Amino acid sequence: MSGDPIYTEMIIEYSRNPSNFGKIDNAHIHQHDANPLCGDTIDLYLNIDDNKISEVKFDGHGCAICMACCSVLTEMIKGKTLDDVKKFDKDELLSELGLEHLVKTSPVRIKCALLSLKSLKFGIYSYFVDKMKDSESAGNLNEEAANLY
Amino acid sequence: MQSTADAFEDLRKDFPVLNRRVRDDKKLVYFDNAATTQKPNQVIDAISDYYQNYNSNIHRAVHALAEESTEAFENTRDIVAKFLNIEDSREIIFVRGTTEGINLVAYAWGRDNVKEGDIIVTTEYEHHSNIVPWQLLTQEKKAQLKYIDIDDNGELMLDQLDDYLSTGKVKLVTFSHMSNVLGTISPVEKIVSKCKNAGVKVLIDAAQSVPHMKVNLNEIGCDFFVFSGHKMLGPTGVGVLWAKKEILEKMSPFLGGGDMIREVHKYETTWNDLPYKFEAGTPNIADVIGFAKAIEYLEKIGMDNIRNHELELTKYALEEMKKIPGLTLYGTKEPEKRGGVISFNFNDVHPHDVGTIIDKDGVAIRSGHHCAQVLMEKLNVSATNRASFYIYNTKEEIDVLIAALQNVAKVFKL
Repeated sequence: MSGDPIYTEMIIEYSRNPSNFGKIDNAHIHQHDANPLCGDTIDLYLNIDDNKISEVKFDGHGCAICMACCSVLTEMIKGKTLDDVKKFDKDELLSELGLEHLVKTSPVRIKCALLSLKSLKFGIYSYFVDKMKDSESAGNLNEEAANLY
Repeated sequence: MQSTADAFEDLRKDFPVLNRRVRDDKKLVYFDNAATTQKPNQVIDAISDYYQNYNSNIHRAVHALAEESTEAFENTRDIVAKFLNIEDSREIIFVRGTTEGINLVAYAWGRDNVKEGDIIVTTEYEHHSNIVPWQLLTQEKKAQLKYIDIDDNGELMLDQLDDYLSTGKVKLVTFSHMSNVLGTISPVEKIVSKCKNAGVKVLIDAAQSVPHMKVNLNEIGCDFFVFSGHKMLGPTGVGVLWAKKEILEKMSPFLGGGDMIREVHKYETTWNDLPYKFEAGTPNIADVIGFAKAIEYLEKIGMDNIRNHELELTKYALEEMKKIPGLTLYGTKEPEKRGGVISFNFNDVHPHDVGTIIDKDGVAIRSGHHCAQVLMEKLNVSATNRASFYIYNTKEEIDVLIAALQNVAKVFKL
């Protein structure tokens, strides 16, 4: 099993000690999502200041892949501008954890990996549309999120 | 003379898929039988035979093929009736599966009989298919849905049923004969007798029981009984709803269309006789015919032998799994009170990770909420792993599972 390309040291470590795990009260963006397949649930919390992600946390229950991806995603987007985050794509996230192969090898587990990114895209879309009344900036993030996997 | 274990080992040759290799050339160990079972050649061949030799729609045409297909289709109804010890095969309604059967009852019986303030009682260990249709019905009718909770042993707390029944408002008690997660076998006799004393109708979701044990519907005394063919060696897309004739005759139809009518005029229609009143449209002819072969196969082995075989496997698996540190087993500790279904968690490793890791060793189990999120909430977990056994499984395969689980411990440094 040591040669298993999914359960790397990094993934196990992140799943044991997730980064940015917790809650932000009254966050500017709070997005909840679930993976109906396995019952994974996550809550993603973001604060936006000066068009940048000033604070980000997540909590929930999920498998090692889901938890590791949530951790890495939150690390990667902290401090980034919303424009940068809007462009963020799945390859960036997956390659950070060496999981690019999941797209081809595991149509089931890719859903665990990308739940976090899907929530992020939906969260930012709702933020623009519902809070800022700015559907232009929201673009088609909702469609992107819906078609992520 | 061949020992019983050898006889069960011997039947593996009837299941082509059991010979295949998966992942890195690993022998397939199929422990996801509660989700669906594998199919023997006898079933596969019967379906091919229908399509190759007498494919035809049933009940209408008078040509030779139609006669043959109608006879084969209706023959299955008789085989099901005999299998369940029912005298009148017109009480057997073919549906797509358990889910459709329960929805049929909720829609056709429920809409006519459940009124505002009435109570439908279900249990905490139901599959979503025995919860959601009742939520839809009770919401529509402003009725109430109540649950019989389970105790720490995973068994139903029947005192609560007494409390519900004493209100005089209960219209239906609906429960699974065997939990698809915990394997708990429900105390059917007790529940049915309580309900009968109170004049309350009973529905049994038998998706997990009929494939694994002898069921005598004549003795059980429930009003509705539903199960699926694909969990008992049969093809997907075939299920059975049984209900007493008096109830079916009074019930409104479910789907309207061809075959379920006697006469159609511009603005009114009269219904066909049972069972056709509830079988609108061209049914799943090929798979119903295949299903007959599945029942014949099971009867040849004998349902009591099947139950004993699975009990042996379950006892062995529980013993071996208890030895693994950090492994949590759910459900009753008494194997006799459960079917061949074992749900477990391994430390805090997510079941999806367990499933993926042991899949590399060829072991197929189910990881997730098993369509039983109400139960998951009760157990305070988001998911479990579930190994479920059937006639072709062996103790050697359980050893493979145990070894694979030790790999999980290694990967997660437990």
